[in-house]
Amino acid sequence: MATLCEGFTLCGLVQTQNASDSPIQGIELDEDSDHAVVTDSTRSVTLYKVSDQKPLGSWTVKQGQLLTCPAVFNFQTKEYVVVSDNKVIRVWKDEDLNLDKAFKATVTADVWRVHSAPGGEPVVLFQRGAVRFLDSLLSAPQQPIEDVLSEEEVIRWSASIVAEEQHFVLFTTEQNGECCLYVQRLNPNTLQKYRLEREDSGASPLSFSASLRDKHLNLLYLYPNGCVYQSVVAARGYVGLEGVQDLPRSLRLRLPVGEGELGAASAVALDEAHVAVVGVPHPSARTGKDFLCIWNTNFQTLQAGILRNWSFVWCYLGKLFVPHGKALSIIPYECQKSSLASALGKLRHTGIAVSKSSVAVPSWNTLLHGDQPQGPTKIVETRKSVRNVKLGVNCVQPQPHQTGPVDEVQREVEVLVSRGDAQDLQLSVGQLACHLVARSQAETAFYTPVALAQLVQTQFLCHSVCPGLLLLSLEHKDYFLCQLCLQLFPDIPEVVTCACLKTFISNEVLQTPYSDNFLLPHLKDLDTQQVILFLQYLQFVYLKYSQDVYTQTAGLRSPTMTQIIDWVCLLLDAHFTVLVMAPDAKGLLSNLQSFVKSQVKLFSELGKIESSLQELHKMKLSKDISQYSIEVIELF
Amino acid sequence: MGEFKVHRVRFFDYMPTAIRAMAFNAHTERLALARMDGSVEIFNFTDHYFQEKVIPGKDSRSTESLCWVGGRLFSAGLNGEITEYDLENLRPKYSLEAYGGPIWTIISNTQGTQLAIGCEDGTVKLFEVLEEHIQFERNLDRQKGRIISLSWHPSGTHIAAGMMDMIRVFDVPTGHAVQRLLVDRGFGGSKSQETVVWSVAFLSDHTVVSGDSAGKVQVWDGHTGTLVKTHLVTKWDVLALSVSKDESSVVAGTSEGTVIQFQFIAPTLHQQQDKEWVRTRTFKNHTHDVRALAEIETAIVSGGMDTHLVVRPLLEKFDEKSHASGLRKIHFPHRNLVSCAKKAGLLLFQFPGQLELWRLGDSDGHGKPGDRLPLKRKPEKLLLLKRKGEDHICCSALSSCGGWLAYSTVSCVRIYRLQTDNNNISITKVSKLPKALRSAHQLCFSSDSSKMFAASSQSSVLVIALTQSECKYVHTLKPKSGSRQPIHLMTTSVDGKWLAAANSDCEIRVYNLQKLKLHCIVPVYGSCPSAMGIHPTTNNMTVVHADQQLFEYSIVEKQYTDWSRKLQKQGLHNVWLDRDTPVTHVTFNPKNPNQVVLHDMHMFCIIDQSLPLPDQKTQFYNQMTLRSLSEQERPSHLHAFKICKTFQDLLCVSLLDDQSLVVVERPLLAITSQLPAPVRQKKFAT
Repeated sequence: MATLCEGFTLCGLVQTQNASDSPIQGIELDEDSDHAVVTDSTRSVTLYKVSDQKPLGSWTVKQGQLLTCPAVFNFQTKEYVVVSDNKVIRVWKDEDLNLDKAFKATVTADVWRVHSAPGGEPVVLFQRGAVRFLDSLLSAPQQPIEDVLSEEEVIRWSASIVAEEQHFVLFTTEQNGECCLYVQRLNPNTLQKYRLEREDSGASPLSFSASLRDKHLNLLYLYPNGCVYQSVVAARGYVGLEGVQDLPRSLRLRLPVGEGELGAASAVALDEAHVAVVGVPHPSARTGKDFLCIWNTNFQTLQAGILRNWSFVWCYLGKLFVPHGKALSIIPYECQKSSLASALGKLRHTGIAVSKSSVAVPSWNTLLHGDQPQGPTKIVETRKSVRNVKLGVNCVQPQPHQTGPVDEVQREVEVLVSRGDAQDLQLSVGQLACHLVARSQAETAFYTPVALAQLVQTQFLCHSVCPGLLLLSLEHKDYFLCQLCLQLFPDIPEVVTCACLKTFISNEVLQTPYSDNFLLPHLKDLDTQQVILFLQYLQFVYLKYSQDVYTQTAGLRSPTMTQIIDWVCLLLDAHFTVLVMAPDAKGLLSNLQSFVKSQVKLFSELGKIESSLQELHKMKLSKDISQYSIEVIELF
Repeated sequence: MGEFKVHRVRFFDYMPTAIRAMAFNAHTERLALARMDGSVEIFNFTDHYFQEKVIPGKDSRSTESLCWVGGRLFSAGLNGEITEYDLENLRPKYSLEAYGGPIWTIISNTQGTQLAIGCEDGTVKLFEVLEEHIQFERNLDRQKGRIISLSWHPSGTHIAAGMMDMIRVFDVPTGHAVQRLLVDRGFGGSKSQETVVWSVAFLSDHTVVSGDSAGKVQVWDGHTGTLVKTHLVTKWDVLALSVSKDESSVVAGTSEGTVIQFQFIAPTLHQQQDKEWVRTRTFKNHTHDVRALAEIETAIVSGGMDTHLVVRPLLEKFDEKSHASGLRKIHFPHRNLVSCAKKAGLLLFQFPGQLELWRLGDSDGHGKPGDRLPLKRKPEKLLLLKRKGEDHICCSALSSCGGWLAYSTVSCVRIYRLQTDNNNISITKVSKLPKALRSAHQLCFSSDSSKMFAASSQSSVLVIALTQSECKYVHTLKPKSGSRQPIHLMTTSVDGKWLAAANSDCEIRVYNLQKLKLHCIVPVYGSCPSAMGIHPTTNNMTVVHADQQLFEYSIVEKQYTDWSRKLQKQGLHNVWLDRDTPVTHVTFNPKNPNQVVLHDMHMFCIIDQSLPLPDQKTQFYNQMTLRSLSEQERPSHLHAFKICKTFQDLLCVSLLDDQSLVVVERPLLAITSQLPAPVRQKKFAT
C-alpha cells in the first residue's frame, strides 16, 4: 500500500515561456539527506534545506551564460559541479560565494550531463556519447573526446548507478524514431548498446527511470499511450557481447490516458512494486491529466493520487519533488513492502470469497504476463476498460441518469444490467455508478438505492472505481447497500471500514479486508462506548463460535475465528489505555484476560504433545511382511 | 531385463542352535565348532572362513568341549563319552565311555600325546593318544567337587583345574594336587552361591588366569598359589578364556555378550620389565552368553547363545584395510537347507529333526513392480516328516517333479515316493533300499527323476535307479585316485548325461552318466567350491568358490568357456569380491540361456552373459541408477551383474519353471526373537 502525504512547497519557480518545459533542470542530493540542490532552467543553482523549506546558498552564473546541466555534488571532494554553456565545467565548494571565481575548465566537446552518486566518482557524459571520469577530465581538459553516437543520434535521458563495485552510466538515445539504451560500465570500460522495442504508434518514450535491484538494472519507461514498460539488464555479464542487442521489455502498467495521447508525463519507479506517475489522468476523474498517482504494478491498482498541474517528477529518499506552476512541491510518500495481503488488505476468508463472490484475487502471473487477463480477474478488466474507453459513455448520448427522475434512472440501470455484453457492462457500470453517486451527492433529494444495489451486485464495481458509493450509502443509512458493498468490494479503505463500524456493527465489517497499519489510526477514532460495545459483540461472537466451531457452515457468511481474534487484538491495541481506565470495561477486560490465560495454557499443553504427535505422524507404517507374499520386482 | 514374480517365503522357521565350544587348530587353520545339538562344524580359516564340513548332531550327544590333536578332533560331553570324529566321513569315529560321569572339559598336551578330561565326579582322567584310538591312562588325585575347566601347562608337567570355589594345580607325573587357589564368591546375594571357575588358562611362566561365575578374571601365581590381580569385568559370569599363541593377550567372554581383552604390558613406558595383565579392549558383538572363544593370530573368534560365529580381526595386526580385516558374522550354514521342486512348485525345508514339504501359493493377478499380488491360493504345508532314530538329518533332496523325497543321516538313508492329486498327498516309504546305500553326504535326483545320486564315503557317488515299484543300485562312481574328502556339492545336467561332484579338497569331478565313467576333473582351484550348476542347454558348468571367484567350464569341451576366460582376464569387480558370504546356490533361466541366477545371504544376482562385464570403475550395484534413467539412456549403463538386495537373510533363491522366483528369507530378527532374553539389555542412555 502506498500513500502520499501532505505535500509542501520548497520554493517558488520562475515560469518559463513554454509550459511544457520544466522550470528546473534537475534536483540532486548532497551528503546531507535533508538538502536538495536545485538547478533552474537558466542560470542559478540553489541549495535548500528541505525540512526548513529555506535556501542555504545560491550560485548564479553571469548574464549571458547558461547552465546546461543540473549541478551535482561530488561526494568524494565535497564540491559542487555544474556545466555552463555546454563546455565549461565549474567546480565550487559550499563556502564559495561567487561562481565566477570558482574553478573552471573548458573541454573540447559538448557535455550532456555530469552524474554523481554516493560512493562513486562523478562522471561526465558528453553529448556524443563519450564518458569520462570528472577527475581525469579536469586533469587534461583539452583531451580529445571521441564520438560514440552516430550523426543524428541524440541523447534523451541519462542516469548513473553505482553498485557495490560497479559504476554504470546509462543513457538512451533517439534516432529516426528508434530508441537505444547504452549501458556504459566503468572500470573496466565496456559499452553495450540495446535497441528498445518499437511501440506500435512509433512514439518514443516520454520518460525513463532506472534503478538497480537484485544485481539487475531496471529501466522503466513510459510511452505516450500510457504503457509503462520495464526492461532488465544484468549488472554483471554480457561484457563480451558485441553489437546491438534487442532489449526485451515487459508491460508493467497500462495507464489510462484519457483523450488523445499523453503530452508531458513522467514515471518514476519508487520500489519494485510502485511507480509514481505525473501527467496522466486519474482513472475516476473525468477530465484532466494533472494527477500525481502511485500505482502498484503488481496489482495494477491505483494506490494514491493528488490533483495538481505538473508533468515532471524526481524522487529522492521517500520524497517526490514535483515542480508545478510557480512552485516546487515536495510530497513525501510511503510504500509498504508489496505483498498480496498489504496490497489488497487482509483477505477475505477464502471459502466465503469463492462461494459468495466472484471478485477473486487475480493471480500474479496473469497480471504480470497476461496482457488480457481472462476469467476471474474482473476488477482489473473493469478498471482497464474504464480507463481505456475514455469515459465516453456520457459524451456520446444524453442519458437519463444525468437529469432524469429516480424511476427513469432505475429503468436505465435495469436495461444496462440485463445486457449480456460483459466487456461493455464493466465499463458502463463503473461510469454509471460514478455518475449516480456524483448526482446524489449534488442533489440531496436524489438517491437510487435499488439501482445502486443492482450495480453493486453486478460485481463489476469496486471501491476505487466509485469511491463515493459506500460513504453515500452510509450517509443515507442504507445499510443493505452498505452490507452489499462490504461483501463485494475487495478494496475498501480502512477509514471507510471504520466509518461503517461507527454506524453499525456487522459481520460483514469484520470480514472486510484491511491492513493493520492503516486500520489502527482509524480505529482510534472510535469512542470508548463504541469500543466496549464492539468488544462485547466480538466476545459474544467468539464464544458462540468456539462452542460450536464445527457447526459453521461454509455457505454462511460468518467471520472466522482468526478474523474475530484479529479484530479483538486490534481494538485492544488501539484503545487499551482508555479501556483500562474505563470502569465499565473492567469486567470485559478481565473476561478477556482469563480467556487468553486459558488459551495460553491450552497452547502450551498442545505444544508439549506436539512433538510426540509429529513423531506419530512421521512414523512410517512398517510394511507388514507376512509369512508369504507374491511380489513383483523389476530388474534393469 | 524385466519383471519377475517373486514368491517371498518366510515360513521356513530355521533356527540354528547355540554355539557351545570351539577349538582352533593353528596348524591347519581349521576352526572346529560344537553346537548345543551335538553337531560339529569345521571352518577353513585359510579359505574365507568357509564352512567346509558339518558333522550332524545326535540327540543323546552333548558336546561340552572340543580338542584338536594334530589333525584329529576329539570332543567330550555331559553324556560322559569322549568322541573322536571321522572328518572324511563326517561322523563320529568312535565314542568312549570315560566312567567319570558327565565330562565338562577335554584338553590335550602340547605334544599331542595325552588327553585330559575333567569329570563331574572330581577326577581328572588322562588318556593316551594312540594311532587309531585313545586309551585310558590314569586319574589324577580325585577332588571333592566337579572339574569344570582344565588347562595344561605348555611344558606338560602341570595341569590347572577350575572347580567350584577353587582352582587346583596338579603335578602331572605324580598326579598330586600341588596348589589350591581359593576363588572368592560374588558380592551381596550371590555370596551364598558357589563360584564356578568356568575357565582357566595356564601360561608358560606358571601364571594361571581364571574366569568365574562371579564375573572376575583373576591372575594367579601358579608357583606360590597367590592371587596377583583381580579384574571384576561383569556382574554375571565370565564363561570362556582364550590365550593368544605368544601369551601376550587373554580374552574373556562374558554372559553380557562382551569379549574383554587383557594384555600383558608394562603400565608405563619406563619400566618395561614390570609387565602386568591390563584390561585393554572390550568387544561387543553378541547379545547373549559368549560360551566359546579362540584368540587366533589376527582375530578373536567368538560364539555363544546367539548362535552366530563372529570373527573380530585385531586391526593392529593388519597393515592395510583388506578383505581379512573386516568383521565377519557367520549366521547361516554355507550349504543348502532348502530343496526346490522347480516343476511342481514345492519346497523342502531341512531341519535337524524333521523335513517340511510346502506347496507355494498362487496368484492370478498382474501387478506393476513393487506391488504385492493378491493370493488366490495360500501356501500349504503338505508334509511334516520326522526322522527316525537319534541321528540328525545331514542332507535331503526333492526331485524336481516333486515325486521323490530322500534324506540321510549318518546311519541311514530314506527314500519316499510322493503322490499328490489335487489336495491329497500320499507318501510311501521305499522299503527295500540297496545295501550299499547306508548313508550319504549329499543326495540329488536326476532332472527326469529316474535316478538318485548319493555321495558316499571317499568321494564316491552311488547311482540308484528309481522306478515306481523299486529302487535299484546301479553303480558306484569312484575316483581311482585323489582325495578321499567328503563330497559337499553335487549337481546333474538336465539332459541326464552329466553329474558333477565337488569335495572339500576343492576337486570337482564330472562323470558321464551314460558311460558311468569319469569324464573329466575340472582344474583344481585353490578355494573350495561353494555352489555349482550345469546349464540346461549348453551343459556349461558354473562354479562359484568361497573366495567369490566365478568360473564357467564347458563339460563337453573340457575347458573354461570364453566368457569365463574373459571374466578372469578382466577380473571380477571389487565389490563382488568383497562380499562376505559365499554364494550357496546357482540356477539357470530355462527361457533365457544367457541368465545365471545365484545368491548369497544378502543378495541375489542374475548374471546376463550377453551384457558387457563391469570393470572396476563401473558402478556395480547399479539397479537404482538404472531405474532412474530413461529408456534410452539405460542400455549404455547396463552390465552383466544384476543384483537385487530387496530380499535379505536369504536361505534360498531359485527360479521355477514358470519363470517366477522363489526367495526363502529367514530374517535374523526372527531368529533373535526366539532366543531367551539376554541377561543385560542395552537401555537408552545407560
